[in-house]
Amino acid sequence: MKAVITVVGQDAKGIIATVSTKCAQAGANIEEISQSVLKEYFAMIMVIDISGLSLPFTAFVDEMRVLGEANGLDIRTMHEDIFNSMHKI
Amino acid sequence: MINIQDILETINMIKEENLDIRTITMGISLYDCAGDDIDVVCNRIYDKITGCAERLVPVGCEIEKELGIPIINKRVSVTPISLVGGRYSSEDYVKIAHTLDRAASTLGINFIGGYGALVQKGFTNNARNLIDSIPQALSETERVCSSVNVASTKAGINMDAVALMGEIIKKTAYLTKDKESIGCAKLVVFANVPEDNPFMAGAFHGVGEAETVINVGVSGPGVVSSAIRRTGNCDFSTLAETIKKTAFKITRMGQLVATEASRRLGVPFGIVDLSLAPTPAVGDSVAHILESMGLEKCGGHGTTAALALLNDAVKKGGVMASSHVGGLSGAFIPVSEDAGMIDAVSCGALSLEKLEAMTAVCSVGLDMIAIPGDTSAATISGIIADEISIGVANTKTTAVRVIPAYGKGVGDSVEFGGLLGYAPIMKLSDSSCEEFIARGGRIPAPIHSLKN
Repeated sequence: MKAVITVVGQDAKGIIATVSTKCAQAGANIEEISQSVLKEYFAMIMVIDISGLSLPFTAFVDEMRVLGEANGLDIRTMHEDIFNSMHKI
Repeated sequence: MINIQDILETINMIKEENLDIRTITMGISLYDCAGDDIDVVCNRIYDKITGCAERLVPVGCEIEKELGIPIINKRVSVTPISLVGGRYSSEDYVKIAHTLDRAASTLGINFIGGYGALVQKGFTNNARNLIDSIPQALSETERVCSSVNVASTKAGINMDAVALMGEIIKKTAYLTKDKESIGCAKLVVFANVPEDNPFMAGAFHGVGEAETVINVGVSGPGVVSSAIRRTGNCDFSTLAETIKKTAFKITRMGQLVATEASRRLGVPFGIVDLSLAPTPAVGDSVAHILESMGLEKCGGHGTTAALALLNDAVKKGGVMASSHVGGLSGAFIPVSEDAGMIDAVSCGALSLEKLEAMTAVCSVGLDMIAIPGDTSAATISGIIADEISIGVANTKTTAVRVIPAYGKGVGDSVEFGGLLGYAPIMKLSDSSCEEFIARGGRIPAPIHSLKN
């Protein structure tokens, strides 16, 4: 089972480290990262494997959101099903 | 592999274009709640609803969080209350309304539908008593929604019911006069009512439905409107194609949520309703979709054609995205719940006559329209008869949800707040239809109802 994390916000040092540390602590394995900085904005999309999560997925979604708020970032974590159902026939 | 463009598109739809699942509605049969003692019946109804739908709200919230898509409402629809067996008086029915309200409050849902009757061909004693109880029931409860089906293409129009509903609507407006006559916003009069509609106020659990069922209503006028704007100056074929593709994506989301909700609740999946349902929020308007096609204002010439194109393309795109499509499935054009419609009425571009024409090519009907408080019951019945005729003659659903705002006239407005929105009072024709409505009886079914 996979999920997609999107991170958007003002560019700052250590954003990738902050997010990936949290993922590691929760038992999520990062499979892919795509990241870019446009002017001062930072945008990152991560695909993670959530089969080994040490906490319920909904709790992980909340923790990532709170982590985002604490760092001035918009962090969304969504199950891959929504993208697959919408874009694949 | 998930494509980055697809991810960004989905997130943009949710974040910027107000894409959401409008409602997960659980249908619950109340047939087995019948009994001789009204208090026993009320207890059975309460226990059945709160038992069956106990996990509806938590499961809805869980899916919302996992998929990252807002699910605005979780609701319950029940068997039309007049069909729950037994012999009940109007006072008994009011007790049942209070029970439904209490069950909805326990579940944490904002509306419960099904306080209604099917009288397209005639009244049973129970149906008559229930309809008589509607004004009191809606004035004493907060979450109960009521609907009455007065006509069908097969049965024709029960004009006695049409005449009666004019009076019931007036009485409901009076009894809820302290709250902008809000009772009328929870009362719909239908022709060809669908029995699996998940949207309020017209939702109920139909007679041929299973014990319990999950129906889902999607939304997304903002997404369609943005897609049209991005397409720019194209011809109608391209325009229709753009709407179809967008509707497909929106509906797939609805299908996913419906399947998940059904699996987690252990309740069979019923249908996905393809309707584009607006809200008063900016960027969530069906009127703005029509305007993005090139109309200066919704209500001007060309509006009916634009709406017909939209409605058809939404269905064509949506139908392939879902295994079972049902409910109303078409664009909604409620006035008070749509920022663009409110604007169009306020500036005089959109009249009641144009709205009536628009309802011939889309679901649902004259919806959430505020009219002067001194409108006679016969005139309201005339409005109902006209609208219902469109449904009967065209073998489609039509409905009337008008609010004769007590003590208000043209130039005033009513403010319901929340999803029900705000509405300027619309002007009606001055000429009387009293004698016409007073005839009573039934208007025969149209010739094309004889298909066998």
